[in-house]
Amino acid sequence: MSTAVTQTWYMTERQLMVFLRQPAYLLITLIQPVVWLFLFGSLFKEVVELGGFGTTSYLDYLVPGVVVMSALSSNMWAGMTTLDEIQRGTLNRFLTTPVSRAALMNGNVVSNGLVTALQSLVIVLLGLLGGADYPGGPGGVLVLVVASVLLGTVFAALSNALGMLVQERESIIGINTFLLLPLTFLSTAFMAEDRMPSWMRHIADFNPLNWAMVAGRSALSEQPDWGEVAGRGGALLALAVVAVWLSIRTFRSYQRSV
Amino acid sequence: MSTRAPAVVARQLTKTYPGDVTALCGMDVTVEPGTVFGLLGPNGAGKSTTVKILTTLARPDSGTAVVAGHDVLRHPDRVRRAIGVVAQSSGADPVATGRENLQLQGRIYGLKGAELNGRIDELLARFTLTDSARRPVKTYSGGMRRRLDVALGLVHRPQVLFLDEPTTGLDPEARTAMWDEIARLAGDEGLTIVLTTHYLEEADRLAERIAIVDRGRVVVEGTPDELKGELRGDAVHMELREPIGEAGRTLLRGALAGLPGVHEVLFDTVGSRGISVRADDGAAAMPTLLGALERVGVAVAAATVARPSLDDVYLRYAGRRYAEAEAEAEGAGERVLAGAGGA
Repeated sequence: MSTAVTQTWYMTERQLMVFLRQPAYLLITLIQPVVWLFLFGSLFKEVVELGGFGTTSYLDYLVPGVVVMSALSSNMWAGMTTLDEIQRGTLNRFLTTPVSRAALMNGNVVSNGLVTALQSLVIVLLGLLGGADYPGGPGGVLVLVVASVLLGTVFAALSNALGMLVQERESIIGINTFLLLPLTFLSTAFMAEDRMPSWMRHIADFNPLNWAMVAGRSALSEQPDWGEVAGRGGALLALAVVAVWLSIRTFRSYQRSV
Repeated sequence: MSTRAPAVVARQLTKTYPGDVTALCGMDVTVEPGTVFGLLGPNGAGKSTTVKILTTLARPDSGTAVVAGHDVLRHPDRVRRAIGVVAQSSGADPVATGRENLQLQGRIYGLKGAELNGRIDELLARFTLTDSARRPVKTYSGGMRRRLDVALGLVHRPQVLFLDEPTTGLDPEARTAMWDEIARLAGDEGLTIVLTTHYLEEADRLAERIAIVDRGRVVVEGTPDELKGELRGDAVHMELREPIGEAGRTLLRGALAGLPGVHEVLFDTVGSRGISVRADDGAAAMPTLLGALERVGVAVAAATVARPSLDDVYLRYAGRRYAEAEAEAEGAGERVLAGAGGA
């Protein structure tokens, strides 16, 4: 057991290094959310006056939305790394060593989770600098970060599965481009639930992005609805487990195709 | 474990990939410990698939394989601890340095601390990578990457090292350097090397025993000298002006086979213009051969005399010239397999 944990760490470390040694990639991951925060913060500043946002500052409302959206947009590319490693021969090299198969698969998911946590914290801090208020305190921030990491895990695992299955960059790019904005706008990222058309609200109920936002916002509010937090958080956790299980299944079928 | 037991025993391996592509049909391989064994054949002959099965990467549809005393299907983990694998593309992390790649590889096998560092220094020095050890692998030349790949396969001092097409894609200079390196590895105490190659010259030079693989199975096996020795005398290759069909073959066989000193008459594939004749003394037989062909009215465009080569062995056992088999493999449109290399 401890070997599997150690090996997972080796694999995680390896992936993190790839991330840290490509400054452009790191910069984009950290700067893009700032752009979102600034753009949407300025653009929609006044919608908060419509009411229903549970706060008088749009930035308070926006931060969890941008945290979750950024978690989605950085994790959905995980499959590209997997694809690279298949094509480069790295995956096959590790498969002929005694490294635990779980460590091989999970290294990618864990490293993505750590990057997502860091990214989420940076956004929360930037929001704080910009004058956002988080009445829920550190506990609320923790819930938001955990929720965004879980959401990231769902999409990283699915992206990995897709990468192994189709082994084509174009497919990953196509699907991601297709999903990112609709998933974001079919959630409460920028607009309070009460202000959304009712059909959109119904769709948002089934959107995992929205689960993460609702859980995070509730935990950050003055009087968190812990039942809601637990419900949405639990659903995210369940979905993450299913996605990881699915990616492991795909991994097995990849091994059979070698 | 007894050191006399074979390092590799594979029996009747078969493997068919989706889409009814038969990669192996009854592959048999036995490798004695401490030797260099070469699997020689054109692309698509089944060499890489054999290596994938022996290194626990792929599972055969049927058949058995035991590597370093462990069954590849029942105890893949034990096999993995005993082998080193240098695949056609080993995929060292390009952003990590050579040293970091070796460190990770060593840690996977449970090496650490001073022992691991000592081993890494030793390998870096051996593969002349010490000066570039702290540079990211993406700055390495093709030859340096290949040497790092081999070093990665050796970190844990494996009993059996698999080298899948170790010099494919290298320039001639780097290839010669790699040959010297492999020849030196072969001298290592007890290390067994299984090498696949589609270069006749490479197999001839490095391997103590060679199995010639064609269409998913071994067609002949032996030491390079045995294989060449079975072809008594010199090879006289003649290129005719006109292609020869079935009838032409019969005619030519009749005209040439009975000549003094001529052992064997072999034709290249149907419709081609080449004939190979095996003769005690090629130079002496040449005028007689040319005379005999002239008498039956067949014009010769070119003729050469050569000492027996593995190409002649290949022609004899696979029924076609090596270059033809290669061209056929390419013409068939090489299947791109997930991961690395052809079947």
